[in-house]
Amino acid sequence: MSVLLIAEHNNKEIKPFTLNAVTAASQIDTDVHAIVIGQNCDGAAKALSELPLVKKVIHVEAAYYENFVAENFAPVIVKLADNYSHIVCSANTFGKNLMPRIAAALDTSQISDIIKVISSDTFLRPIYAGNAFATVKSNDTKKCVTIRPTSFDPCESSGGSAPIEKAEPGEEFGNTKFVKREEIKSDRPELGTARVVISGGRGMQSGDNFKLITTIADKLNAAIGASRAAVDAGYISNDHQVGQTGKVVVPDLYIAVGISGAIQHLAGMKESKIIVAINKDGEAPIFSVADYGLEADLFEALPQFLEELNKLNTIQK
Amino acid sequence: MKILVAVKRVIDYNVQVRVKEDNTGVVTDNVKMSTNPPDDNAIEEAVKIKEAGKATEVIAVSIGEEKAQETVRKALAVGADRGILVKADGIVEPLAVSKLLQKIVEKEKPDLVFMGKQAIDDDCNQTGQMLSALLNWPQATFASKIEIKDKKLEVTREIDEGLETIEINIPAIVTCDLRLNEPRYASLPNIMKAKKKPIEQLNASDLGVDTSPRIEQIKVEEPPKRKAGIKVSSVAELVQKLKNEAKVI
Repeated sequence: MSVLLIAEHNNKEIKPFTLNAVTAASQIDTDVHAIVIGQNCDGAAKALSELPLVKKVIHVEAAYYENFVAENFAPVIVKLADNYSHIVCSANTFGKNLMPRIAAALDTSQISDIIKVISSDTFLRPIYAGNAFATVKSNDTKKCVTIRPTSFDPCESSGGSAPIEKAEPGEEFGNTKFVKREEIKSDRPELGTARVVISGGRGMQSGDNFKLITTIADKLNAAIGASRAAVDAGYISNDHQVGQTGKVVVPDLYIAVGISGAIQHLAGMKESKIIVAINKDGEAPIFSVADYGLEADLFEALPQFLEELNKLNTIQK
Repeated sequence: MKILVAVKRVIDYNVQVRVKEDNTGVVTDNVKMSTNPPDDNAIEEAVKIKEAGKATEVIAVSIGEEKAQETVRKALAVGADRGILVKADGIVEPLAVSKLLQKIVEKEKPDLVFMGKQAIDDDCNQTGQMLSALLNWPQATFASKIEIKDKKLEVTREIDEGLETIEINIPAIVTCDLRLNEPRYASLPNIMKAKKKPIEQLNASDLGVDTSPRIEQIKVEEPPKRKAGIKVSSVAELVQKLKNEAKVI
C-alpha cells in the first residue's frame, strides 16, 4: 500500500515543512503520493512533482479550496483513502486542524506529532510537553499520522518528475466561510526553520524593549521568538510563540532572554543544538537546559552582546 | 442557546511529570490534578456568553474516571449550570471521546460545543475536530476571539502565520486557545453553591460506544537528558564561547 502526503502550500508554492513531511512519509513506505488541494495551485503541484521521493502528485482544484478550510479538504482525502495505508501531514496548525477530521471520518485513531518512524505501524511521539516519549503502535488498518516537521530532515527538492494527476473536487461545505487572514510578513528567517532564534520573555517588560532583541536578530540573521508570557502580555504577536502550544523550534543556536523556562516553553525549544540563557534570576529553570548561562540584567547584557558581536570579523549566516 | 463544554482532568500544568520506572506510563499517584488549561478558557467563554444574555444554559461534561467529577464540579463553581460525567477507565482516545461527546450532543442538543484546543497530557489536539467531523458541523479551532452574530459565529483563530478569521454557522464546535480570555477563579460561595448543582453520571458503555484503545502504548520513556551546561561570567566570555567552542556564530 502507499502513503498519501497532504501538502501544505500557499497555492503558489509548497511550504518548506512539506519537505520534512515527505521525508517522514517515505520512511513509512517508499510509495509516497502527494496531494495538493487548492485554487490555481499549479505551481505547488509542479514543485511537488519535482521531489524525487514523490511517486505521484494528485492535484485538486476548486475556488473554495483557496483558503484551506478543513471542512472542504477532509472529504477529498476521505474519498481517496481506499488506495492508501497511511495518510500523513505536518503537525502544524494546518495539519492539526485537518487531520482529525479525516481520521474521524475513516474511524481511525490518529497518531499526532510523531518524532520518529519506528516501523510502518509504530511511532515515537512526545507526550506531556515532551517530558515523556511514548512508543505507540496503531492497530487500525488505515493510519492517520501527523509528523513534527523539525524532527525530520527536509527531502531533496529537485530532480524528480512524478506524474501529476487531476482529481475531482468534493462538494463545498456551506457552513464555514473564510473571512480573512492577517499574516505577519517579515524579512527575517521563518521561526520554524531559522538557524538562530532569539526569544524574549516576560523579563523584556514591554513590547518596545523587544527592539533590543530585534537589533541582535538583525546581526545574527535570526528569527524572533517569545514565551507565552510575553505574548499574553501583548509584547509581541502570537505567531512568535515557542512552546507546547506554540511552535517547536530546533535551531543551531537558541538564545532565551528574560525567559524563566516554564515546562511549556522548554517543550518548544529544548532540542535546540546550543541553548543560551540570559536571565537575572540565577535559579531560573531555563539554566538547567542552557549550554551557556549568563546571570545578568538583560538591559545591560543585550547592548553589550550587540557590541561584542560587532567586534567579530565574521558572523556565520 | 445552549452551550456544552467538554473538560478534561489532567496532571496540573505546574507538576514536573515523571515517567514510571516500569515504563508503562507516567506517575499519577499523589500528583496534583487540575482542569486542562485551555478547557478553563472554554468554560470561561461559555459563562461569559451566558452572562451577556446570549446563552441560556452551560453544561459541563467530562469523560474519565470517577474523580473527573472534581473537574466537572470546578466548572460548576465558575458558572456552568449543570454537569455530566461519563465514566470510563484507562486511556480513552480522542476518537472514543468524540464518539461519546457525539452521543451527549444528540441527547442534549446544544447549539455550541466548546473545549480546549489540546489536552496537555497526551498533546493530541484531535477531539474537537473529530467531533465536528462526526456531527458534520463546522469547526473553529485554536480560537482567540469569538463574536456571536445572530445564528453565526465570527471566530479569530491563531495559526502559524498569524491570525485567521472565519465565519461559521451554528451549530458549531469551537476549540479554545489560551488567549481567548482570562479564566476566573471560583469564589468560596460559588464553590459551595456548585456542590448543590446536579451532575448526571453515565457509563461509557451505556452510551453504546466502544472505548477500547486502538493504539497500543508500548512504552513510555524519559526523553534524552541535555548535558549540564556552564555559567559564563560576562557577555564577552559568552560571545567567545559561541564563536570558538560551540562554533555557532
